[in-house]
Amino acid sequence: MQRYLASLPAMALLLCAGPALAQLKAKAENVPEIPYDSVPNFLKLPAGEYLGESVGVATNSKGHTFVYHRSANTRLFEFDQNGNFVKEIGKGYYGFEFAHSVRVDAEDNIWTVDEGTNVVTKFSPEGKVLMVLGRRPSAVVGAQTTENQPGQKYLFCRPTDVAWDPQGDIFISDGYCNNRVMKYDKNGRFLAEAGSDKAGKDPGQFNLPHGIAADAQGNVYVADRSNFRYQVLDNNLKPKAVYDNVGVGWTVCVSQGPHQYLFASNSNPNGNRPGSWVITGEIYKMELDGTILGRFGHASKEFGGFQVVHMMDCRNPNEIVVGEIESWRVQKLLLKPEATRAVVR
Amino acid sequence: MKGLLPTLLAATALCALGAAAQTPVPEIAFDSAPNPLALPDDIYLGEAAGVATNSKSDIFVYTRTGHPTVSLGTARAFAHGGSRLFQFDKSGKFVREIGANSYGFMYAQQVRVDPQDNIWIVDQMTNYVMKFDPEGRVQMLLGRKAEGVPVPGAPLRTQAIGGGAPGAGEQTDLFDRPTDVAWDGAGNIYVSDGLNNARVAKFNKNGVFVKSWGAKGNEPGNFGTARSIAVDGRGAVYVGDGGNKRIEVFDGDGNFKTAYTNVGNPQALCITPGANQVLYSSNSNPPNDIDTAGEIYKMRLDGTIIGKFGRAGKLPKEFGTVNAIDCRTDNTLYVGEIGNMRVQKLTLR
Repeated sequence: MQRYLASLPAMALLLCAGPALAQLKAKAENVPEIPYDSVPNFLKLPAGEYLGESVGVATNSKGHTFVYHRSANTRLFEFDQNGNFVKEIGKGYYGFEFAHSVRVDAEDNIWTVDEGTNVVTKFSPEGKVLMVLGRRPSAVVGAQTTENQPGQKYLFCRPTDVAWDPQGDIFISDGYCNNRVMKYDKNGRFLAEAGSDKAGKDPGQFNLPHGIAADAQGNVYVADRSNFRYQVLDNNLKPKAVYDNVGVGWTVCVSQGPHQYLFASNSNPNGNRPGSWVITGEIYKMELDGTILGRFGHASKEFGGFQVVHMMDCRNPNEIVVGEIESWRVQKLLLKPEATRAVVR
Repeated sequence: MKGLLPTLLAATALCALGAAAQTPVPEIAFDSAPNPLALPDDIYLGEAAGVATNSKSDIFVYTRTGHPTVSLGTARAFAHGGSRLFQFDKSGKFVREIGANSYGFMYAQQVRVDPQDNIWIVDQMTNYVMKFDPEGRVQMLLGRKAEGVPVPGAPLRTQAIGGGAPGAGEQTDLFDRPTDVAWDGAGNIYVSDGLNNARVAKFNKNGVFVKSWGAKGNEPGNFGTARSIAVDGRGAVYVGDGGNKRIEVFDGDGNFKTAYTNVGNPQALCITPGANQVLYSSNSNPPNDIDTAGEIYKMRLDGTIIGKFGRAGKLPKEFGTVNAIDCRTDNTLYVGEIGNMRVQKLTLR
């Protein structure tokens, strides 16, 4: 109780201070605009069902869409390729408390990352639990604080996202109260760690690693959110490159197919101050080496704009599915890269 | 000589690991049945804290399916929910849920079935030991749930539920994070209590509190934690002392007899029924590490190790913090795992 009260002023400071506006604006300039359409009524929810904060979105090889969202309870929904509701997965599951990410691996297994339970779960394509990583803190000790425990190989502290290399090795960004990236083999055994429980600014250190993706060569891309950058790591988690010109580093996606692209979101912040919407909210399309190809989207509560993109699916680099926190919305964007044009802003 | 040194070093390192027996323990070959429980699409096992079978080979799983919900803004912050008890038939087909929304279900710890097929659950948070009859009706309650929970956060209690300092061994019929239940041939009830208390509480078959023995400590007869309990056909009581990594053996009156110190952390115990009883004990890995321990020992009642099997991990035939073993049939075991949120059916060869 005492600690809870003591931390309130600190929390208020964090909420009010925020990053300077200068940091929010991406350094990249004169980036051409990629036109797009947002598919109307993309997801068709059954009557009486609602999405909450739609923090996790992913598609499988059949074009089904999975949404991991924060309702009164955290829930995972599956929709078919036409956006029709198929089913709920994990109803009442112990590893669900506060959604953060959902991803689908090469075998169409569905992985959830839950920052309330500190559990990462691998579900079969049918929705049965196949593997559990991390552990939910015991209820017996009462309402939990989010304290990390340095040096833990198999426990997370509000983890954020998951990715795989072509061998099936598992990468987890961990998270809000650790500041590290973990690598496990496909059977869940620890292999490597980059960063630590402490935040840092050097290459290979992180300050809120918030999203993660891997390419076909096994390189790992980390959205290093509070350092306002993306970091590229090699397969053994050694730092390779830093992309610090595309804004905050909120979430990251690598497309599939022979020519892979990198998508990075300079999401507008939670809690907006005057002016912040004008300079944030766009998504960048890049080559894996960091070359910027174009940008699309802007902050807006209205359909077609974004109200804090939390996650992107980019299986098809011309069909981007975005999940938004503050508008409780999932949109499917059809990009028209051939019509990319320079835009004067 | 040159080649001997690394071997010696390796041997020293092995000894330093502690729990492992000094002489090589035979490995017991075993299989794990794929998908032993067919779960309906809307039911997910959480941490499978307890698993047990009855005489008809029905399978019961007491599992942590979510965390308790606290109702705020009431005179007491009331906590409820969080665990469920499921019944499956011998083929693993789901039969029913027992005790849905029960006042006594918050943090599943164990389930056991007595010789009359009554189903007993132990809950680590409501501090209840509950007896259900085979039809699932409540027959007896031991212990009592606290009326309110501290919110937010639980300050460390300086007094145990039931009085005294935590682990002081107070004579009381109230529990503090109890872990397991067992019965002798006369129907007397033994409760290992537990993770905050460190003792064994004995009740007669009618639920009358008889006595309690042990307190927190590492002396013979005391416990670091009383994690698990089993009673053999002659009424000897085996208690898994997780904190001190030993199995302590008592007579039915609580007189200390002996301790087995070579099988690690006995988080789950089971004694087979029948004439030639054997004892299974799981050296469960801690939930934060799958690179250590995890094996299950098969022993004679005198502590002689027959063999061991398994290791910590996430694959089939690996274990993630085993918390329960059912051994009604000598070489067919059900194990409940905390870390992997699953039940495995094992056949020893």
